[in-house]
Amino acid sequence: MPKLIKGVGCPYCGSSCDDLEVLVSDDETKVLEVHNACIIGNNLFHHANDPTRPRLPRQRQPDGSMKEIPYEEAIDWMAKTMLAAKKPLIYGFGSTNCEGMSAVGRIAEKSGAVLDNCATICHGPSFLAIFDNGYPSCTLGEAKNRADVVVFWGCNPMHAHPRHTSRYSIFPRGYFTQKGQMQRTVLSIDPRETDTAKLADVHLMLDQGHDYELFDAFRTVLRGHDIPEVVAGIPREKIKESVEIMKKAKFCMIFFGMGCTHTDGRNHNVDIAISLTRDLNEHTKASIMAMRGHYNIAGPGQVWSWQFGFPYCIDLSKGTHAHMNPGETSSVDLAMRDEVDCFVNVGADAGAHFPIQAVQHLKKHPFITVDPNFCMASEIADLHIPVRIAGVDEPGVVYRMDNVPIQFKAVLKGLPGVPSDEELFDRVYERMCELTKTAPVWLAAKEDRKYPHSPQVVS
Amino acid sequence: MATVTLKPTKTPEIMLEGYSITPDAFAGKTPAQIAALPAHEGKIHVTLGDFFAVTGESGATAADTNILIAGDCSRVKYIGSKMTAGTVTLNGNADMYVGGWMKGGKIHVKGNVDSFCGIQMEGGELLVDGNAGNHVGCAYRGDWRGMKGGTIRIRGSAGNDIGTFMLGGTIIIEKDAFIHVSTHAEGGTVIIKGDVEGRVGGQMVKGDMYVLGKIKFMMPGYQKVGTIEKEVDGVTATFDHYIGDLGERHGKSRGQIVYANLYLKAAA
Repeated sequence: MPKLIKGVGCPYCGSSCDDLEVLVSDDETKVLEVHNACIIGNNLFHHANDPTRPRLPRQRQPDGSMKEIPYEEAIDWMAKTMLAAKKPLIYGFGSTNCEGMSAVGRIAEKSGAVLDNCATICHGPSFLAIFDNGYPSCTLGEAKNRADVVVFWGCNPMHAHPRHTSRYSIFPRGYFTQKGQMQRTVLSIDPRETDTAKLADVHLMLDQGHDYELFDAFRTVLRGHDIPEVVAGIPREKIKESVEIMKKAKFCMIFFGMGCTHTDGRNHNVDIAISLTRDLNEHTKASIMAMRGHYNIAGPGQVWSWQFGFPYCIDLSKGTHAHMNPGETSSVDLAMRDEVDCFVNVGADAGAHFPIQAVQHLKKHPFITVDPNFCMASEIADLHIPVRIAGVDEPGVVYRMDNVPIQFKAVLKGLPGVPSDEELFDRVYERMCELTKTAPVWLAAKEDRKYPHSPQVVS
Repeated sequence: MATVTLKPTKTPEIMLEGYSITPDAFAGKTPAQIAALPAHEGKIHVTLGDFFAVTGESGATAADTNILIAGDCSRVKYIGSKMTAGTVTLNGNADMYVGGWMKGGKIHVKGNVDSFCGIQMEGGELLVDGNAGNHVGCAYRGDWRGMKGGTIRIRGSAGNDIGTFMLGGTIIIEKDAFIHVSTHAEGGTVIIKGDVEGRVGGQMVKGDMYVLGKIKFMMPGYQKVGTIEKEVDGVTATFDHYIGDLGERHGKSRGQIVYANLYLKAAA
């Protein structure tokens, strides 16, 4: 009898839908059907059925080919390589659980590494703006129940977060928004006519890279001053109309995406959006939220802020304190400036997402990929270590885009012998402690340790 | 005044964090003691002697100590950071954080500097003959109290984020700048003698900016209030006087709202 598992979390986008139903085979090794998910989430679960999934680490040989090696050997090589490096860089964590992120923090500490996550090429600038200007945000539930004006600034949820509009932002009927879409006015601010822009009541098609000027025009109008006839390609009247819509809202919700964080100005675009939100609160209720990309990309921000005081770009090379300054300690800058001599890619694909020059610099040194599947980063790596897929065959805590923690379930039994990220990193930490002749205090303190490997070292 | 000469002997593989290269750290030390001062290359503890040949002698105090770096430091960070007195002269390029958190003394870099030069500066003088990277004289991430005093003069051009969250002091860029000048500033003066791409004075509360070239994209929150003749850094010209950022909060002084001032050289 196949089993239907309800209340399953989806390990795809930042919406982290937790209402999925997954039908699995009797022996819990195959996904048969996935209900409620978008097409991408659906495929993600079916990926786990792939019989060609790697089950053993693969190491690059002198002739360039990849050879399967046992986990012990891979863990030993990873520990030794990271300890030998002057400044290793650990990057990724868009798609794994918080337990893994916490465990990797100890390896980073031990090896004096720089710890970075996908935010560095995504919503990192939003963090910088939040440091500078605060974060007047709310949960997605509040957006659903209260927002009658929704602004999508530089984001396209119809493609990037397929169920965002139906679960939280445009279509759902909430406590104060019982008429759903009929009651909501949607503004889209995007230089392209995206599918979200097509859905919107007002689309401001601004000149690419001039978001900052347009935000400033919104704020200037809101304070009752005049603005030039055209700002960022948008006529004055249209800007005034849009400001009026936002001002008259009962609750105005601003969602922003890569269009703000990765065009010129970066953090300043988000910074002024936060200032606009603050200004709007003089007239009505307004809130702002980053459209975080992956289902648990808010996780490393939470976990590492708790561990080290910073959410990303954490330079632990001093051994005494963490140092963070994106532009210097951010992955792509470190790579481009040849400032790292070992690269570990975890649950992300630096091979596909980094600028080619950055990857070329990284490839001069040992390149390790930890990923359940074959990807571009695994194919160029010197060592590829497969792990379980968080959210599919490994449970764990994830943080949704509004920083709400959700416990994700495992729907399948993991592949035999394949560890989770947490187990793998604990074992690497343990090996590092053996090599440096130090006590693995972190593991000894860990009460819920899942992988007792060599008990003699727990002292 | 005594001079210590550092001659680079080796290029660091990973960037060298030369936080000890300040007159304050060198004062009262022999060349051997200076060579033993700590530095970091990644997680490796190194000494200045591993990368520099140290000669000459230091003064009794920082104010009596001159440092001459006879060579290129393209891969050395933190030169002259947190210094309070004395001088540092560098015959070449430097990496990040030159004169960061500096309180006094003088730094002269004869080549280019990378980003974050003069970050959180409080006093002293920083002169760069070449170009600067991004974040000249800006605040550290998350700090709303940026540069408080001193003078930064870049003879070449600079990137983005000049004088972010600035509270005082002067920044002079003799050529062009990219975007974000005096963003969030609440004081201080920025003079740009070349052209700027845009975003001059966004979210600015108080302070002065002078642009002697052109601004490609003007902030919509700035309004022209008149023209005025002024002398700026040895140049006398007629300027269009703008006030702003009208979208930002502003304080009052004697019943009058105090705006930030942008003086843009009037078209001839």
